[in-house]
Amino acid sequence: MAEQIIFYILAAIIAIFSILAVTSKQIIRSATYLLFVLIGTAGLYLLLGYHYLFAVQIAVYAGGVMVLFIFAILLTNRPGENAKTERKDRRIVAGITSLAGLAFCGHIIYWNISKVYTFVVPAEMKVQDIGHTLMGTGKYEYLLPFEFISILLLASIVGAIMIARKR
Amino acid sequence: MILNYSQPLEFTNLITWLDTALRSSMSEFWVLLIEFVLVAVGLLAAYSVIAMILIYAERKITAFFQARFGPNRVGKYGIWQSVADVIKILLKEIIHINRSDRFLFFAAPFFMIIASMLTFGAIPFGKFLHAVDFNIGVLYVTAVSSLGIIGVLLAGWSSNNKYSMIGAMRSGAQFVSYELSAGFALMTIVVLAGTMQFSEMIEGQRYCWNLFNGHISSMIAFVIYLISGHAETNRGPFDLPEAESELTAGYHTEYSGKQFGFFYLAEYLNMFIIASIATTVFLGGWMPIQIHGLETFNQIMWYIPSYVWFFAKTGVLIFLSLWVRWSFPRLRIDQLLNLEWKYLLPINLVNIVVMVIIVLTGLTLTDLFPGLF
Repeated sequence: MAEQIIFYILAAIIAIFSILAVTSKQIIRSATYLLFVLIGTAGLYLLLGYHYLFAVQIAVYAGGVMVLFIFAILLTNRPGENAKTERKDRRIVAGITSLAGLAFCGHIIYWNISKVYTFVVPAEMKVQDIGHTLMGTGKYEYLLPFEFISILLLASIVGAIMIARKR
Repeated sequence: MILNYSQPLEFTNLITWLDTALRSSMSEFWVLLIEFVLVAVGLLAAYSVIAMILIYAERKITAFFQARFGPNRVGKYGIWQSVADVIKILLKEIIHINRSDRFLFFAAPFFMIIASMLTFGAIPFGKFLHAVDFNIGVLYVTAVSSLGIIGVLLAGWSSNNKYSMIGAMRSGAQFVSYELSAGFALMTIVVLAGTMQFSEMIEGQRYCWNLFNGHISSMIAFVIYLISGHAETNRGPFDLPEAESELTAGYHTEYSGKQFGFFYLAEYLNMFIIASIATTVFLGGWMPIQIHGLETFNQIMWYIPSYVWFFAKTGVLIFLSLWVRWSFPRLRIDQLLNLEWKYLLPINLVNIVVMVIIVLTGLTLTDLFPGLF
């Protein structure tokens, strides 16, 4: 029962702040609302017992990505000062389109998931197992994707330095 | 080892008694609810009391470093000074700033205090005095402590003040840089201990602290952790974000009353948290000093309650931090960033590899002298 109550609170937080994040006119507020959404997602992971994922979500999104966002916003000149609301007819069309998209995706997800889902008993995963799985080369082990991502990150770092470098 | 002697000063008996008493009279759900609330209240109380003690201790020790008396008017030796300060800060008016972002302005201190509270909950204060014991303890601590910086940045932004803004940017750059070093230094010890869980880490340090177990590598990691932890809390020679001669008070210039109190409290508690994580990871946490073979000595050491050990070790580290704070002149911002990115981080990365080699080739003290440590 307690888990359900917590789930509904978290779900409400995520839903409300996602809407606020896209409707807010000041970009720094949007970033803050987005942060709340990400923290709410981390809360869901915690509720499921995925402690590692929870910590990584907080560290990467709250500690890394959001700080980067806020830094970038702070460096821009008066962000969101001249933001105007869209025309009314365009807003209505956008609203209808997004609702249709939501209904379409929701239907597909609900239709497919309800046929195949199983209840997993939340069990604490040992961090050693996660490490071995990430670093292993066997079946269901992820060394290759891990290295691919690190190469991708390295490439983007080199690219960022190339752009930012003084000539 | 026989451990069933009486330890009347430990909290173990009280906690078990409370738990059995509650369980005998109500259902599981309510027992857990009541216990969660009790733990939360206990942590909050400890948080504020420790902050008050730290503020008093800092002011007194600082005064002695500078050959002054420090607070000596309120009560004997000024012992009620921080209580009086807390009452004053609670009663102060909260000043509203024109043309500031009201929501972010009021939200910012909460980020600071929540980040510091979340970290505070994961500290093992003593035997069974441990609120959150995830198997990813170290990762959890580094993750949630990084939330605080968002509070600093938002505070600087929403104050609508150039000084605050520059202070926040400096603080952000500093925190993001030094967080890396602190994290890597902890990871070095995770390699040595083979676990991220604080309770297992403490158990593994029963006869040999991690500081000595990994000898060279551990010592380097310890020094790096202390430096970068000190820098993360914006204190000592690293207090550029609030350099009062240039920036008035940095990111919390515009805050007053309780909200300033939040920043102030979080700063002091972050110092305590850094010291206690260092204690837990490097110095054996609440585990009393134990020596192989000397059973009588070990038993006598166990008579001293575990939380006394914890607070004694933490106190030494806090004293060290204060010593550094009042001994070194402030760094420039380029020196500060150079120190991190050109020295600490490369040393740290090499250090992790060295530690891996030490562990794999069996050069740790416990491997070399199995009977002794």
